[in-house]
Amino acid sequence: MSVLALGLPDFLYALPLILAIGFVYAATRDEKMSRILANAIRIVLWTIGSMAAIFLFMVVVF
Amino acid sequence: MATVTFREEKIDLKDPYVAAFLAWMLPGLGHFYQGRTGKGILFSVCILSLFIIGVYLGSSETFGVGRDVYFSLRQGDRRFHYFAQVWTGLPASPALLQYLKDPTGQKPLFGGFMAPPLLGTEATQSAYGLSGGSGGQPNAPTVDNIRKRLNRGYELGSFYTMAAGLLNLFAIFDAWMGPVDAEEEKRRKAALKAEKAEKAKNAEKK
Repeated sequence: MSVLALGLPDFLYALPLILAIGFVYAATRDEKMSRILANAIRIVLWTIGSMAAIFLFMVVVF
Repeated sequence: MATVTFREEKIDLKDPYVAAFLAWMLPGLGHFYQGRTGKGILFSVCILSLFIIGVYLGSSETFGVGRDVYFSLRQGDRRFHYFAQVWTGLPASPALLQYLKDPTGQKPLFGGFMAPPLLGTEATQSAYGLSGGSGGQPNAPTVDNIRKRLNRGYELGSFYTMAAGLLNLFAIFDAWMGPVDAEEEKRRKAALKAEKAEKAKNAEKK
């Protein structure tokens, strides 16, 4: 059975992508694991926050 | 052997070309070779899990596993996605093996794993042993059937596996050259700017 049959909201499929991109990008910018993780979490939260803000804007305006 | 300094910390890259090659072959392997185990685990978990999720999304009981990762340069099915997916290295290599062995997809290896789909013409379907006709069989692993039946899974899976490949490019560069030091770049640019300004000032005085 395809996992898509579970009926997860489409935007949840963006989460693994955002997490992977955030962690890999942060890891290429530093060497110390604590700084990598802190930057990765910051990047992930910024990305999700930006997407949420754009979504809210579109819901309100359109 | 190469050593880079990152924020006053020396990083032994060992042989950076070997490390880069290993990083391409399997995400994270280059970093394990260099002894950068933490980053190796991070890259391998992030990139491989993205790739595996992508392969799973492009699978079904009817058509088999990993139908969204394949290589094809055939007329009517040029699969340029593979040029991004290939950067994950060995995990995406069965697709290249399948194409080299049989570009038509009629007699795939490994039960059709990452094999190019049939083009869906009557000729290819009859060669596959399926009844011909304009409709064909809905369960035939043709390009159209796979895309219609897997639908969003095919698109999402393709995107996930491409993203995994492109992210591994970052990991390869990190294994080859060490981490990008954004602060050092800023300092270097500021120093260059100051040097230019100094030269311009000296030129004016003359």
